[in-house]
Parts: sequence; C-alpha cells; structure tokens
Amino acid sequence: MVNPRKNRRYQHNKGDLFFKGLALLCAASVPLLMAGILAQLISSSSLSLKEFGFGFLTSQEWNPVTEVFGALSSTFGTIVSTLIAMIIAVPLGLVIAVFLVELAPPKISAFFGGAVELLAAIPSIIYGMWGLFIFAPIMADHVQPFLDKYFGFLPLFQGAKMGIGMLTAGLILALMILPYISSVSRDVFNMVPTVVKEAAYGQGATTWEVTRAVVLRYSLRGIVGAAFLGLGRALGETMAVTFVIGNSHRISASLFASSNSIASTLANEFTEAVEPLYLSSLVELGLVLFLITVGFQSMAQVWLWSIRKKLAD
Amino acid sequence: MHMEKLHIRPLKRRHITDYTVKVISTVGALVGLFFLTWILYEVTLRGLMALNWAFFTELPSPPGVTGGGVANAILGTVIITILAAIMGTPLGILAGVFLAEFGKGSKFSSLVRFMTNILIGVPSIIVGVFVYTLIVAPMKSFSGLAGAVSLAIIMLPVIVRTTEDMLNMVPNSLRESGLALGVSRWQVTLQIVFKAARSGMLTGILLAVARVSGETAPLLFTAMNSSYWLTSLNEPTANLTVTIFNYAMSPYADWQAKAWGASLLIMAAVLALNIFARLVTRKKVT
Repeated sequence: MVNPRKNRRYQHNKGDLFFKGLALLCAASVPLLMAGILAQLISSSSLSLKEFGFGFLTSQEWNPVTEVFGALSSTFGTIVSTLIAMIIAVPLGLVIAVFLVELAPPKISAFFGGAVELLAAIPSIIYGMWGLFIFAPIMADHVQPFLDKYFGFLPLFQGAKMGIGMLTAGLILALMILPYISSVSRDVFNMVPTVVKEAAYGQGATTWEVTRAVVLRYSLRGIVGAAFLGLGRALGETMAVTFVIGNSHRISASLFASSNSIASTLANEFTEAVEPLYLSSLVELGLVLFLITVGFQSMAQVWLWSIRKKLAD
Repeated sequence: MHMEKLHIRPLKRRHITDYTVKVISTVGALVGLFFLTWILYEVTLRGLMALNWAFFTELPSPPGVTGGGVANAILGTVIITILAAIMGTPLGILAGVFLAEFGKGSKFSSLVRFMTNILIGVPSIIVGVFVYTLIVAPMKSFSGLAGAVSLAIIMLPVIVRTTEDMLNMVPNSLRESGLALGVSRWQVTLQIVFKAARSGMLTGILLAVARVSGETAPLLFTAMNSSYWLTSLNEPTANLTVTIFNYAMSPYADWQAKAWGASLLIMAAVLALNIFARLVTRKKVT
C-alpha cells in the first residue's frame, strides 16, 4: 500500500507546495528559537563574561554596590534545593505510582491519578502564596523546632527558625515535582506486560514481591527518566522558591538559613538592575541556568528515547 | 532464578512485608491528596474573603490605602493570554502538522521534535530574560506585547507536541481516501485530518492556555505591572500573577488579602480550563 505521507507524487500542486513550505517554516521556528535564546543570552551577558571570565562561576561575591558578581551562591542554592526536592519526591512519587498501579481499584486509581495531575496544574505562584503564608509559619513553629531537638547536632538543622529558607523551598519544590514523577512512573509501570506479572503472581508471589522483582526491575530505566524530568522542573522553578527561600546571597551549612537560587535571584533583582554590568551579570546567571537545564533535559530525552527504542525492538 | 529465592523466605514474614509496603504506598497517595486538598482549601477560603464587587471593577488603591480592586489586572491577564494564544497557536499547529504529515523519519523533524521537548523544559524565567533582551531592552519599555510574546514562546512547544500526537492518531486510510478522491494534500489536512483530530487538538490548546495563564516569572520583566487601565500594548501592563507577587511581598494586610483573592481567581481559571480540556477529549472517546 502507498503511504501518502511519504509519497512525493502527491505533492504536485502549488497549494500543496505553499502549505508544506509554511508548515516547514513553522517547524523551523522551534530550533531557531532555541538557538536565538542561546545567542541572545550570550550576547547580552558579554560585559559580565568579559569582566569576570570563568571566575564568575566560582565566586561567592554578589555586590551590586561595588559591582562584583559571582554565581556560586545562586548555583549552590539551585542545586541544594533541587537535591532536597529529589530526595523526598522520588521515593514518594514511586510509592504513589505503586499504589495507583498495583494496589488501588481502577476507580480509586483514576480518582487519585486525576488529583495528582491537578496538583501539577496548579500555578507555581499559588504554591508560593501557600508556602509563604501557611506552610512557612508551620515550619517555624513545629517542623524546625522538632528537627533542631532531635537532629540539632547536625549543622544542617541549626540556626534561627524563621520558617523560610532552603529547607522550606526544597519541601515545596518536592511537592511541585511529585506529580511529574508519580505520573511518569505510573505510565512506565503500566507498560510492564501483564503476562510477566501474572506469571509471578501464579508462582505465589505477594504484591510487594511482584512489584520489587518484576515491576521495579522492568521499569528501572523509565523511573530514571521520570526522575530526570522532575529534576529539570525543580532546577528552573521560580515563583514558589522566590516566595520562601529568603533571598540572601550566602552559602550556609544550615538548611534553616535564608538562601537564594538562580531563578529567585533573577525574579528579585532583574527589574532593579540599572547598571549595565549588574544587568549583564544577571543575564549570565540566566545563561548558567539555561545551560544546566538544557543539559539535563537533553540527557532525559536521549535516555527516554533509548528506552522507547529498546521497547520497540 | 529470582523466584526460587522468594520461596525460601517464611510465608508469614513475606506477608508482613507485603502488608507494610501496601500501607506505606497507600499513606503516600493520601499524603499527596492531603496537600492538594489543603492548598485548594486555603486558597479558596482566603480568596473568597477578599472577593467583592470592587475587587472586580475598581483600579488598585495606592499603597497602604484599603479598598480598590484589581480590575485592570484581570483585563490585562485576559488580553495578554489571548494575544499569546493568537501568536502561539497557529505557529504550533503548523509545526505539528509538519512533523506528523510531512516530516516522518527525516533528520530535520527529529531535530525539531528534540528541540520541542527541550523547549518545554526551559524554565519560564529564562524565556522572560530572553524576551527582555529581545524586545524590552531595544524598545526601552516594558510592554504587554513583550509579555504576550513570552507566553506564546512557552505555549508553542506544548501545542507542537499535542498536535503531532493527535494527528498521528488519525488513521492513514482517511488521508488515502481523501487523496484518492483527488483532493489536494493541504485540503486533506485542513478538512479531513483536522476534523478527525479536532477535539484532541482543542484539548492541547486549552492545556497550553491553562499553563500560561498562571505563569508569573516570564511576565515579571516583560509585561511588568501597572496600576492603571491598559491604553496601549507598548507600555507596562497590569496582570494578575505579577500583582499577586507584588501584593504578597508588600507589608499591607489589605494588599496581601487581595493577593489571595487574585490567587483564587487564577487557580479557579487554570483548574477549570484543565478539567474542561479533559472533558473535551473524554466525550470523543465514549
């Protein structure tokens, strides 16, 4: 049979040529846009690139008055808050996916699945409002004193209990990426052939044994892909973090301390930056974040693509 | 091999482990549901307390003065979002058409597909920085137009991907029957393929609109904010999300209350769009 999508004989009239050309132009807009973002970020940060060079990445200094800028504290905050989020959201997301696929009856599973997807649809700024006005006070009054009391010997849980800070930001990020991780994991779990699972059940394995020995083993690569997607989200998340991280350019051992992330620095300072070098340094911060997220996203895409290819074979 | 090992363990302990895991995963799901309910509850409760007639009809009051509303910001958000949809939707649909109808298996379309997925993951604040350097800095003014361009860039890859997915679900026999009747390629796409994929594409567009209508970061330094009515798209334009940010960070209780009101409005709009979008496709399936 002739596949009309591939056969060139069908594309002869002028209308078709025009339509195809237009569609091609629109498709080209996506890679052009990516190239444009990269080019624009580099050219607009040229002042700062020239002034600070590679030292920009390793300097902790951020002083708009003396005009000395470095990305280290923001990058550190971005990485640590993302790490906290991943440590919590990956196991919790997996556990939820196990519940949705292996335990819950179809109706309850559909209900919970829908609820988790709604969680993903809530705009970031709503998490910020909730985090600042409702969650942060609870952190200050209950969670942080508790951590201080039982784990206060660790430098991680020392210092003033203000409610806002790195830990709160990480927890809210965890909540935000949870839906991504659980829904992708659920989809991956659903791809495990029922025959294999039934074979294990038939041998007398319990639900957990089937989950561990068959489902998790079978979908390990997919889970890594899901985690990558969540990671990419968390790295660039802006508003929720800006509300609760405290926004100070400081690297602290304590998770209670105010900190900042690249995204929160941009959100807070971009409109205030009047001096060209200040603005250029902020754009360079943006460039750093762009490269980090594009790097992780590319890895996630290639990874997921290789799984799909393997499954198709 | 693996199963053999499982059988050696005592049955009772296996059942206890199994039970524990079941409890843990049920609790995990309940934790997720709990936080969702909690957020919805707080935003609804605090939001409702801030809503009144003035909220929807009046301009913002000066700092520290009680009263007034956010009417200009509601209008601004609607206009910026519609404008973004007008810019992003045709571009995204045509790009999706290219991938599904013309670009099967070519290197170029693999590149476009890859870049589309990457662009979806680019943080929205970076799009804001990009549009700032592209439009705001050369024009020397924050503008509603720049805000709409940012949102359109964020919508674009979402629409490309859903369009391609939906068109791929249309059976080839439909295309073939159209072509066999002598209908040209572009008419087959617009009149037959689009018709078959209509509800799925609509869902994609609605989800993209829902996603950008709650965006704040890309508007912070493009549309920025304003306390006046919109007179032109070339000036700072009031919008709900940046208003929430500014009001929440202010020391005034009245402004903070208004931030909750605006949060409720945005959340309700986004969730309603999401639920509506899902209903559109479900109707088609049943």
